[in-house]
Amino acid sequence: MSAQTLTSIRPASPAIRWSRRAAGAVAFAALIELISRTGLADPEFLPPATEIAGRAVTLLADPAFRAHALTSLLAWAIGLAIAALVAVPLGLLLGSVPLVDAATRSVVEFLRPIPSVALIPLVALVIGTGLQHRVALVVYAALWPILYNTMYGLRGVDPVAKESLRSYGFGPLAVLMRVSLPSSAPFIMTGVRLAAGVALILTVSTEIVAGRGEGIGVFIFFAGIAVPARMADILAGVFWVGLFGVAVNALMVAFDRRVFRWHHVQRGEEG
Amino acid sequence: MRRGGLRTAAFRVAVLLVLVVAWEAATRAAGSAFFPPPSTIVERMHAMWFSGSPATLFLTDAAVGDILPSLGRMALGFAGGALAGVVLGLALGLSSRVYDYLDGVLQFLRAIPPPALVTVFLVLFGFGLRMQLAFIMFSIVWPVLLNTADGARSVEPLHLQTGQVFRLSRTERLLRVVLPSALPKMFAGLRLALSLSLIVMVFSELLPGTTNGIGFQLTTAYVTFDLPAMWAGIVLLGVLGYLLNEVFLVVERRVLAWHHAAQRLT
Amino acid sequence: MLEIDNLSHVYGGGTPNAHHAIEGLNLSVAEGELLCIVGPSGCGKSTLLRSIAGLITPTGGQVKVEGNVVKQTPDNLAVVFQDYSRSLFPWMSVADNVALPLRRRNMDKKQREDAAREALESVGLEGAARKYPFQLSGGMQQRVAIARALAYRPSLMLMDEPFGSVDAQTREDLEDLVLKVRGHHQMTIVLITHDIDESVYVGDRVVVLSKAPAHVVGDLKVDLPGPRDQITTREHPDFVHLRAEVGRLVRGHATV
Repeated sequence: MSAQTLTSIRPASPAIRWSRRAAGAVAFAALIELISRTGLADPEFLPPATEIAGRAVTLLADPAFRAHALTSLLAWAIGLAIAALVAVPLGLLLGSVPLVDAATRSVVEFLRPIPSVALIPLVALVIGTGLQHRVALVVYAALWPILYNTMYGLRGVDPVAKESLRSYGFGPLAVLMRVSLPSSAPFIMTGVRLAAGVALILTVSTEIVAGRGEGIGVFIFFAGIAVPARMADILAGVFWVGLFGVAVNALMVAFDRRVFRWHHVQRGEEG
Repeated sequence: MRRGGLRTAAFRVAVLLVLVVAWEAATRAAGSAFFPPPSTIVERMHAMWFSGSPATLFLTDAAVGDILPSLGRMALGFAGGALAGVVLGLALGLSSRVYDYLDGVLQFLRAIPPPALVTVFLVLFGFGLRMQLAFIMFSIVWPVLLNTADGARSVEPLHLQTGQVFRLSRTERLLRVVLPSALPKMFAGLRLALSLSLIVMVFSELLPGTTNGIGFQLTTAYVTFDLPAMWAGIVLLGVLGYLLNEVFLVVERRVLAWHHAAQRLT
Repeated sequence: MLEIDNLSHVYGGGTPNAHHAIEGLNLSVAEGELLCIVGPSGCGKSTLLRSIAGLITPTGGQVKVEGNVVKQTPDNLAVVFQDYSRSLFPWMSVADNVALPLRRRNMDKKQREDAAREALESVGLEGAARKYPFQLSGGMQQRVAIARALAYRPSLMLMDEPFGSVDAQTREDLEDLVLKVRGHHQMTIVLITHDIDESVYVGDRVVVLSKAPAHVVGDLKVDLPGPRDQITTREHPDFVHLRAEVGRLVRGHATV
């Protein structure tokens, strides 16, 4: 830490930042390689990065692993889609009709703090441990961020815009569809992005706790309890899950920047 | 304004009561084993955990065996992860170059759903407390770290220049200028970490090899098909989650009073 | 007191859009003087101030404060920035803001508190010590910033457009405040402004800078009778004459 770092923080150009990120990732992999190869950590516990990467590539060609991954992807996508289809209209309703909001607020406040993983055993008993089990839990967990962000977005709608439309004789529904929904869309997008991360956590959690069938969580769990543990398999699986999470997040951020550019410019987030 | 707030609160409580009564009626009418009436759940919670002697604050042995270990795991894991996140986040936020280099790796580590890594800790530590603590800490450190670093990077340049003009030492600049500037974002990260730590704590207790905790109680109820006990555990976790969040908000409001007040004015 | 010798500064040197903010600027300020620097907006006034304060390293020439070349902020120098809302620390009370720099002054807590109270009194804010900056008006916040500089007891105080963000009435009050505190504290003041009236009203001497790259195009002694007064001073013939002279220099129509 030099004196300069505490005084001026000037962002580097995007090209430089991307190359630094890439260099950082390479250095991180090299560090793992070094620690493992020199025996600083037991290679049983931490295989070299090249071995993990090699395993990650061969796994892609392995039909069994592909089936695991596809099952998880399906549960994640269906759950997230249902959550969005339920939470967005619900959020619009709660956000625009104060009476409904007041009536349901206590229920919402009561349900939200329940940690979703606590429901894994109950849902398993009620509907069994198949795909529907994972989907149900993903829906429950992904509902909240979307619901809250939709309501939050509605609260920030410019009243002048609403009134001007109303003064032209538009009804409440038209105002909702033409002003409230578009102007809260960026917030809904943020909610969906957060929900996508939560949905991934719940997909993997449910698979691991249920511990049977197919799914990336099941694959990772069995690699872990095998004797001896297949650490390269675990880390290769973790690598693909993490990469999927980063990719989904990055795609959604890019989509958000492109489609809702007006929103970010208005808030002074870019030049 | 205040009267209106009171009326809304009274209305909400009334609605909640109506809904609980409706829930009670519906579950009694349906008679499903999966959905016991709320009165049964509350009775069960009382019998299991809160019917102890006054000397133990009415807590039963089961409560001491279920609730305290869970809270202990969560508190230790949260404290360790939060401390590490704050320290590393501040260090990272001080250098935009180091931040750029590590940004990609950190975003990747944060994107990994924590449960996917639980097996890694299983292999390293075996089943048990050490694995659970390491797992909770590792799960929550990323949101704290990244938010703190983000906060430390967004320090107002004029604040730094002021510190420099008045020749504050590096430590003073760090503690009295950079750290307070980072606090609002740091707290946003800590709040995420708090709810995440409840989730991963329960998850770690649902795994085999646990012998106590609320998650273990849920597993026991699952294998013995004891649905009222399972519902009792879920409701208890909901109440705990609610209380923890409220306590956190009180602390946040105190620490960030200047920030909230200043924001209201602009 | 302050010697500026052939100072130059280029932003983004070597690139096609390099900006020459200052070129070949010479200036010297005597002990106890109140110097106003005026110039058209964007002419590099702030760059000059930041070079004196050691916040940036100029690309050419040098600045000496009390005979020492400035490499980092000199020990006996304080700065009052234009943007009070971003230079006061919102998480500290007014008293703590004022007392903060005194940590480098080998004073114990009691001494720091006393010094802060005294400084707040001298700017007329003795009642606001326990308040937070956001609870004060803009003019009062700038008074806090001035009190912070005074408590520090600098021998050189730099003020960067200190009254640029307040309304006209407050501005006049603050101008008089500077004249008042200057009588009580022995210090040299360099005040940067783009307001021609203000420079003549407050200064003992006015230096006019050209537009970028900035250098000195005029250096006038302000010799106005008696203690300055917002009404009578401003209608004094000498004031009117000086103001016109500075105005011509700023606009680049020098006649002298």
